[in-house]
Amino acid sequence: MNQGVGLGASSTGAGLRARPFDPSSVGSDFPILSQLVHGKPLSYLDNAATTQKPVPVVEAIGDFYLRDNANIHRGVHLLSERATAAYEGAREAVQRFINAREAREVVFVRGTTEAVNLVAQSLVRSGLKEGDEIVVSVLEHHSNFVPWKMAAEATGARLRVVPITDAGDLRLDEYERMLSPRTRLVALGHVSNALGTINPVAEIVRLAHERGVPVLLDGAQAVAHLAVDVQAIDCDFYAFSGHKLYGPTGIGVLYGKADRLDALPPWQGGGDMIRSVTLERVDYNTLPAKFEAGTPDIAGAIGLAAAIRYLESFDRAAAFAHEDELLGYAVERLERIPGVRLVGRGMPRTSIVSFVMDQVHPHDIGTILDGEGVAIRAGHHCCQPLMHRLGLDATARASFAFYNRKEDVDRLADGLDRVREVLG
Amino acid sequence: MPDLRELYQEVILDHHKRPRNFGPLPEGNHHAKGHNPLCGDRITVHVQVADGIIRDVRFEGAGCAISRASASLMTDAVKGRPIAEAERLFEEFHRLVTTGVDEEVEASLGKLNVFCGVREFPSRVKCASLAWHTLHSALGDEGEASTE
Repeated sequence: MNQGVGLGASSTGAGLRARPFDPSSVGSDFPILSQLVHGKPLSYLDNAATTQKPVPVVEAIGDFYLRDNANIHRGVHLLSERATAAYEGAREAVQRFINAREAREVVFVRGTTEAVNLVAQSLVRSGLKEGDEIVVSVLEHHSNFVPWKMAAEATGARLRVVPITDAGDLRLDEYERMLSPRTRLVALGHVSNALGTINPVAEIVRLAHERGVPVLLDGAQAVAHLAVDVQAIDCDFYAFSGHKLYGPTGIGVLYGKADRLDALPPWQGGGDMIRSVTLERVDYNTLPAKFEAGTPDIAGAIGLAAAIRYLESFDRAAAFAHEDELLGYAVERLERIPGVRLVGRGMPRTSIVSFVMDQVHPHDIGTILDGEGVAIRAGHHCCQPLMHRLGLDATARASFAFYNRKEDVDRLADGLDRVREVLG
Repeated sequence: MPDLRELYQEVILDHHKRPRNFGPLPEGNHHAKGHNPLCGDRITVHVQVADGIIRDVRFEGAGCAISRASASLMTDAVKGRPIAEAERLFEEFHRLVTTGVDEEVEASLGKLNVFCGVREFPSRVKCASLAWHTLHSALGDEGEASTE
């Protein structure tokens, strides 16, 4: 189910022999999962919102604060040297994980949202103007829609919105028609957070590049479920969050091809992003420091690197296959429940099943499932344009990670029977 | 977990399935739209006020069981009451679903007490109070209410 990406980067890049993936034992790396909620075992199926963190990630953050904590760069003392090495080592871990050409192409940010805003605001400052167009789609999370809307409103540029089929697939024919000499950037999601649809990103990039248009991909929902190789995809920018990749909140990545990042002006000013400052003149630093003003989330970057190393420690392809199996099983179980309708049947898909139930609001589903120990999300999933397109106010969404098991799906399906029982 | 039956009491389920005072109100002279951005619930409340009394009140819209039942029970509760009394009821209802109320207030809330279970489900308080916020906006001619 991998789409437009190579498998090599993350599974072998660490140079370590990966241990086999065992879905029945991997859960023990995540102590949070073995608790009771409301007296019932926890089935955590809200992984598209955020994933749980394995012990090595929590330990790496704790160890940093207990042993190495200091500010990075320019420190001439040992702790600062250790902290700098760990932070820059984290950048190299990310570079390897997504197979970026160079470490300086990895900019640490707060998350996907900040990564997209960085590019959007830098584009505004580099002369986005009336008559220019940015191509997005109706599938986008608000984080890859609102920043472009703001950029458009500030400059008079126009958003072109790629429509979808009823199944939830991007209309590639419409997309191609929207590309023109006016297009300054294509900004699309890799995987839909509401439906799980995997967009054909390599094809999307190829069509844009044929016309000289750069492409930003929102990879927030992709990095945890696909082996992402940014060179194979050939995108110009790729954004993702650490916390959806089993890492901590507060850290994320903007990958950009070096020449693309070089061409953008910085968007935040402050320490670290300068080379020299006089009262008359500021010279900006080189990549990636140019885009990392101020003290970054050092511990967050270290935690993210620990998550990556953890993921590289086992056979990821087997973990992806397990996730696909869970998705298939969930579709099969949920389809058999009378009154339940799955939303978004686009293929290929990954790890997300969105559904509605006759006469039952998703919020009621969420509350009743919670009582059964099953954690899902209900609402518009920060995709109001998509909900509007589908004619829905909200859906219920179960999203999987490799530590979930078939029992979790069974408990979800049984929980939906309970919803019927309670609400009649 | 607090018992789900406490949240989804029979009266609530009944009003969810067969909402009272549901639909447009052509004679209405105060209207407001309410929106809960959290779950996408939308509601419109129509009120017909004469001499400071709520002569009639109806609502439209889609939402979860809690928000729909709350709107339905609210319309029953405020119909025929002076505006000031309806506003007092709102204030008491809000306390019911957040901090809880004493016996005296409980007595004055009557049927609305079925929402006491909401207190144990903090994520659902906004569902229960959306209709009331919207009524408040309609009476103040504010046009729109949001639970945010």
